Amino acid sequence: MATVVMTSLDSKSRAASRGLSDIKIRNLFIIPTILFLIVFNIFPLIYSLGYSFTDFRASTNAPATFVGLQNYRELLNDPFIWANFAITAKYVIVSVTGQVVVGFGTAMLLNREIPYKGLITTLLLLPMMLSMAVVGLFWKLLYDPSFGIINYALGLGSFEWLANPDMALYAVAITDIWMWSPFVMLLSLAGLSAVPRHLYEAAAIDRAGPFYTFFRITLPLVAPILMIAIIFRTMEAFKTFDLAYILTSQPTTEVISIRLYKMAFQEWQTGRSCALAYIVLIMVLAITNIYVKYLNRVKER
Amino acid sequence: MAAVQTRSERALNRVAIAAVLVITLLFLAPIYWITSTAFKPRNLATTIPPTVIFEPEISPFVKLFTKRSQLRTAPEPEDYAAAPWWERLVFDGGEKVVRSGRGEVQLSGYPNRFMNSLIVAITSTVLAVGMGTFTAYGFSRFKMKGEADLLFFILSTRMLPPVVVAIPMFLMYRAVGLNDTHWGLIILYTAFNLSFSVWLMKGFIDEIPKEYEEAALVDGYTRLEAFFKIVLPEAATGIAATAVFCFITAWNEYAFALIMTNRRAQTAPPFIPSQVGSGLPDWTVIAAGTFLFLLPVAIFTFLLRNHLLRGMSFGAIRK
Repeated sequence: MATVVMTSLDSKSRAASRGLSDIKIRNLFIIPTILFLIVFNIFPLIYSLGYSFTDFRASTNAPATFVGLQNYRELLNDPFIWANFAITAKYVIVSVTGQVVVGFGTAMLLNREIPYKGLITTLLLLPMMLSMAVVGLFWKLLYDPSFGIINYALGLGSFEWLANPDMALYAVAITDIWMWSPFVMLLSLAGLSAVPRHLYEAAAIDRAGPFYTFFRITLPLVAPILMIAIIFRTMEAFKTFDLAYILTSQPTTEVISIRLYKMAFQEWQTGRSCALAYIVLIMVLAITNIYVKYLNRVKER
Repeated sequence: MAAVQTRSERALNRVAIAAVLVITLLFLAPIYWITSTAFKPRNLATTIPPTVIFEPEISPFVKLFTKRSQLRTAPEPEDYAAAPWWERLVFDGGEKVVRSGRGEVQLSGYPNRFMNSLIVAITSTVLAVGMGTFTAYGFSRFKMKGEADLLFFILSTRMLPPVVVAIPMFLMYRAVGLNDTHWGLIILYTAFNLSFSVWLMKGFIDEIPKEYEEAALVDGYTRLEAFFKIVLPEAATGIAATAVFCFITAWNEYAFALIMTNRRAQTAPPFIPSQVGSGLPDWTVIAAGTFLFLLPVAIFTFLLRNHLLRGMSFGAIRK
């Protein structure tokens, strides 16, 4: 055994003397990627940090003037921005809750001996592989008040989904639930299949009821993976832009990304939008940290 | 007692199977509906009750690909029905294809946007997977200080909301003339997919035993030779899976495409919705465009079904 290790070490150093050294290869393989990501992700952020302290407008040639923290102060005191955040929060809660209920429920059903389980799971993957913008577009057809198939199937007559300010956010959330419940389902299914069979057998011997078995065995063991699905979907829902933007233009569905887009590319308040981008960024980083913490915890298991 | 239990168990199972079937059908219904609309004659697309049985037509696709203009006088329904199919395609419901001076049929914007999508998605996928594979190998095989931090940094670049990055990128692109170019989008999508590619490929390369390369090194290969001749072939399925993932992400991206392009390099995701307009849209044509756009993704999803779960969860779940 020791000799094998010796030869392998020896040959490594010989190989190194012929070709590039391992450290050189490692640097050659890693550094370009790191540089690329810094140039196209970090540098733009630093660039926009500078603009966030100015009153710059990208639509005019006027030079940027430094205004200090004014943009941040105004944004944080703007009730309309807080309304956008509130809409975003409501959207996240409704759509993630819906996805967990539908996704986990479907996973519980599928976690039995179901014929064609593999085929069904594959078919359910399809919605989440599609483009959100294009999905938004064809749900517009489904939601149409006069000829949409949803109103016809539910017998709702000419019910307004997208033009009704109270309903529009839920309509967007329903589409999001349709798209992403399969994701929660897949992760839950992986979690459910990892629960050891003997725990259920032991519970059956103890004559435990289905509720006891679910809350004391199934749920605690699936919880970590379910948590990953929830955090992942929360982050994505927080960033939502395309789906809400394509489906409807109601003020009640103006999530923070749409507000940011309008501020930057329609009103051309570049400096102010950079400041808002930073506020959003800090929130995303906070959520990301929670996500990575849970990811590591589950991986260590 | 035991027999009763199995009977109720069996009944429960039957209910579960029925429920799963209903859920699956509900989930597939929207996709079926858009697909069937793409093959309908225009007058059947918006009927109530909805038309389920109809003779499929390809005219929505012909309309999608050609420029059309309204005729002042629509053809009489009888003349129209009597016309051969190729004339019906040219001359459909009071619309006529636009021809250039030399009589060539003029193409609509769609084929061009579809090509742009292909160019941008394929090129950025090759770049992201290429760089990602090298980097993943570097991380997988060599120890270094702060490796976990670097990997986290790489992952964090994907967590940023697209709109946040898009504002400074727009300004930078405008300064260097990359707005509305293929390369502008390719670079963005490569940067976006690179983190994902590194994480996914690291998972695949970690699973290839180190002994394979060590044996090659003993046989006198250099590190690089061992990488190209031993590791790459072993990682081929992982590379293919990662590539399809990156392709689908780049193919579907909307926000950057909307902000960074307007005509020359515009891809299909911002283009198809822009065709809806405010009047009475021809939903059969929009459905045809959507159907063609979804087709590659549907095929890849089917081919890649076994790798999808792992990719979606960044390797959080190890089967």
